[in-house]
Amino acid sequence: MDQTTCNELLSSLSEYVDGELGEDLCALIEQHMSGCQDCRIVVDSLRKTIYLYQASASQVEVPEDVRDRLFHCLDLDEFIKKAI
Amino acid sequence: MSSDQKTSEAFSLEALRAGDRAEFARLVETYSAAIYRLAIKMLENTQDAEDILQETFIKAFRHLNTFDGRSSLSTWLYRIATNEALMTLRRRKVNLVSLDEPDETLEQEQEPLQIVDWCCMPEEELMSAEARQYLDRAIDELSPNLRVVFILRDMEGLSTQEVAEILSLSETAVKTRLSRARLRLRELLSEYYGEKMARQRLVERED
Repeated sequence: MDQTTCNELLSSLSEYVDGELGEDLCALIEQHMSGCQDCRIVVDSLRKTIYLYQASASQVEVPEDVRDRLFHCLDLDEFIKKAI
Repeated sequence: MSSDQKTSEAFSLEALRAGDRAEFARLVETYSAAIYRLAIKMLENTQDAEDILQETFIKAFRHLNTFDGRSSLSTWLYRIATNEALMTLRRRKVNLVSLDEPDETLEQEQEPLQIVDWCCMPEEELMSAEARQYLDRAIDELSPNLRVVFILRDMEGLSTQEVAEILSLSETAVKTRLSRARLRLRELLSEYYGEKMARQRLVERED
């Protein structure tokens, strides 16, 4: 693993996985990754990390009692049942 | 919460400012889940999250007349909620780093030490109840400044521009913090899943 290049690219990997990097830097990263398995693993696991957190976020819902108390403290009790 | 302006525009600012309770109830209904998610991920405590949720909408209701409509309603609500969450964290003294301090004082880019290819693990193992608890603990290890950016950007799906607006940061600062947060979490998850894979291999060898 060429440490210098790997470390130099490190701060660009986040933008790389978002597809927000300029063409030149993107090509440089891809060229480097074609010969560096470690960086391929880092990029893959970075993508997976983001994916797992996205997936876990969608599972959080407001519990019914929390929602009821919220409407109550805002003096909106009459709208609790109407809301879906 | 969808971060687009359309959602905000679906509300009548005029009615909200005039104290229309039905319209305000609709606003609460639309955004309460997102605010609660943000609060619970920031604070890892259901009681504190509920307090933030209530406080956000109480403040929003009180200050609707000062909302100038330059940002979207969702951005405005997120800003109130993140301020509340960061204040609660400061009160807890979990972390004394101020949001105003320059980036140099924050965590630096995490150099990858864990090079383990755990991506091929089955989804049910990656998302098991135990693994999800670990995901929560890992996010809690980030400084509040990194955590809030990661939650808004990657968990709530807001754009860099929106997060910059909510936190009064430059877009470059948001990207830097996001990169640091992601790399740190990648490291922590690689430690965890890597260990799991190693243990599994050991069991398989013993069989």
